[in-house]
Amino acid sequence: MTRKGKRLLSIGGMVSVVAVAAALVLTAMSDSVAYFNSPTDIVEKTPAPGQRIRLGGMVETGSVVRDQGETVTFRVTDTIQSVPVTYTGILPDLFREGQGVVAEGTLGPDHLFLADTVLAKHDENYMPKEVVDDLKARGLWDHDNSRPKAADEKGAGV
Amino acid sequence: MIVELGHYALILALAASLIQSVVPALGARRGDARMMEVGQASSLGVFLLLGFAFSALTVAYVNSDFSVLNVYQNSHSAKPMLFKISGVWGNHEGSMLLWVLILALFGALVASFGRDLPPTLRANVLSVQAWILTAFLAFILFTSNPFTRLFPAPFEGEDLNPILQDVGLAIHPPLLYLGYVGFSIAFSFAVAALMDGKIDAAWARWVRPWTLAAWIFLTLGISMGSYWAYYELGWGGWWFWDPVENASFMPWLSGTALLHSAVVMEKRSALKVWTILLAILTFSLSLLGTFLVRSGVLTSVHAFATDPSRGIFILMILCVFIGGSLALFAFRASTLESGGLFQPISREGALVLNNLFLTTATATVLVGTLYPLLLEMLTGEKISVGEPFFNLTFAPLMVPLLLAVPFGPLLAWKRGDIAGATQRLYWAIGAALLTVIIALALTQGTEVLASLGLGLGIWLLIGSLVDLVERANFRKVGLSTGFARLKGLPRSAFGTALAHFGLGVTVVGIVCVSAFQTEVVTTMAPGDVRGAGGYEIRFDGMSERDGPNYTEEVGNFTVMENGTTLGTMESARRLYTARQMPTTEAGIRTHWFSQLYLSLGDSTANGGATVVRIWYKPFVTLIWIGTIFMAIGGVVSLADRRLRVGAPAARKSRLAGAAGARG
Repeated sequence: MTRKGKRLLSIGGMVSVVAVAAALVLTAMSDSVAYFNSPTDIVEKTPAPGQRIRLGGMVETGSVVRDQGETVTFRVTDTIQSVPVTYTGILPDLFREGQGVVAEGTLGPDHLFLADTVLAKHDENYMPKEVVDDLKARGLWDHDNSRPKAADEKGAGV
Repeated sequence: MIVELGHYALILALAASLIQSVVPALGARRGDARMMEVGQASSLGVFLLLGFAFSALTVAYVNSDFSVLNVYQNSHSAKPMLFKISGVWGNHEGSMLLWVLILALFGALVASFGRDLPPTLRANVLSVQAWILTAFLAFILFTSNPFTRLFPAPFEGEDLNPILQDVGLAIHPPLLYLGYVGFSIAFSFAVAALMDGKIDAAWARWVRPWTLAAWIFLTLGISMGSYWAYYELGWGGWWFWDPVENASFMPWLSGTALLHSAVVMEKRSALKVWTILLAILTFSLSLLGTFLVRSGVLTSVHAFATDPSRGIFILMILCVFIGGSLALFAFRASTLESGGLFQPISREGALVLNNLFLTTATATVLVGTLYPLLLEMLTGEKISVGEPFFNLTFAPLMVPLLLAVPFGPLLAWKRGDIAGATQRLYWAIGAALLTVIIALALTQGTEVLASLGLGLGIWLLIGSLVDLVERANFRKVGLSTGFARLKGLPRSAFGTALAHFGLGVTVVGIVCVSAFQTEVVTTMAPGDVRGAGGYEIRFDGMSERDGPNYTEEVGNFTVMENGTTLGTMESARRLYTARQMPTTEAGIRTHWFSQLYLSLGDSTANGGATVVRIWYKPFVTLIWIGTIFMAIGGVVSLADRRLRVGAPAARKSRLAGAAGARG
């Protein structure tokens, strides 16, 4: 093979590796990425079953039910709508009623959200950023106290 | 008082860095030796000043001086001494101070060990180091001053985030920073070479030990962080593809590529331009990592405080350094002459392949890390890119790379013999195939991917040792001569073999845990027994205990195998009183390379019983043991005569001695 031929071959090899990588990235982007939704989004838009979703909001006060075993059900609310969630496993240390939460999973039949991951928060003041942004965008955020507007009052009544 | 002195030292360090930024580089341009000399003294001076500033902050922490805002926010008088000291960098301001301290340390090391560098190169390198230092010192002084006072001083501090109250904090950040920041040396050398417009094989010989040292620290730092997350967070995972983890993994990937391309440059004077570019990119990724972690664009345990002005400041530093160095590269790279030619099948070719796959893999990680941020900025849509994405993109790129690893050291420079190399790898190929077949048979064909993965691991383990065995030539010369020959081999050959072997160890660990771990989530009342991985675990009930700054409920367990008691395990739910923050302490018991891992959940509604998560993780420790092998390989390579920092000096003094004798 000529020197030119070899050089073309090497360049062709490199380009194909990069092309394969790009193709992998593009397919992975369309299949394995989870979109953030608020409870209102879920109620209004009803995403297709099987689509991976991150559901973010507050844990509705008084909604956490532990059955005999390891399954927990609770409702995630953005103070307008709420979505029932079921999760089997150990909840993060800072999972509390009235506090922010992000659950990742898929929407099952009857609008029951099947979570396979419930995100841990790293300290007591932490609200998932996605939840804060979402609440701020819709005017449900109490800027003075840096907390959600209605959820806390509801929590205080119980 | 000492706090004010520390603050003052920080300001003096900024002033000295400013001088060092300009004077040595100007001296190099004018050929003024006295101006170039300034770099030396000032590097050492800045290091001492920052060392003093850092000690001052440490003293404030040790004495629990809550009149310092930073100490008040992150410490508590009841905190154990170890965490008072490591807590110095367990917060934004302190960790940035550690960052610049390590940067200054590297500058001082170049100044003191680089006596044999050409004076202009050294002057330029020290100036470039000072640019970075100036930028970050300004960042600290203007946006993140750790010495801010608080008046009136509170009686008690707010305590450190409990997750960080662990020995891990004493080890992980310093190691990681030594790695991250260590790549600044390669960057400074690259920029200095571009300023000089000349570069040769000697350049690679100077850069390689620094890059190697940084790489060793980064390897250990990432590994340590992974183990820390594994035992501390109680989720049983060792890698989450979290953006913060990716931030440290990207410089590691491209740093690994840089190590390999620098070999080609040193030995064959080829790939000069590419090596320079990689050196720039590697440190740029370190800077990007610092930005991602420290700016607060990501919410994570690493993002201590979110203050937009900080994010913008680091972003500016990032743009200036990355943009500036890449512009300089585009402008000057053509002045560098390219070196030796080689065939595609050759040692050089193998190293190019390594670089191709490593940089492409870095790019996929970069896309997966930045795409969600960009998408949110541009469209407001929020997505999360996690493990499934990286399994689909990163993993397939690693397979051909790992397959190629054992071939590399067996190929000759310039023109290699792939058939000959394959022949010498027959044993490794056989062992790998045998592993695949045995694994398939044992799992009855259900775990095809895992079986192939195990084969890949064994291929690396044996294939990486082939080079040593072949060079010792045991078959022909017998054992004793063989070992004698082995002793005579350059240390770098051992370093390569060890590091590649370690890679194999890690791969085996990853495959075993991903495919064969068992997980049980179960409710247990006292007296209940559950099985996991061939062991039985009995729950003996809960007890209460007080720690120095927390109270805990401890779940006591007994581990048994076929009815005989092996020992006890405990997992606890802690409540840190100052922050009213609960954490879970996992229970871990190691049997050889495998681990049993227990994590307590909530108590059930009627009390008494508690939810327990039990994992059996076969060969999990191999993941971290492998990285230790890699690091040892790096250290052995670093001890190679050719790379020893003092080696050129010895040669020169001999020459000088010879000249003197002649005179």
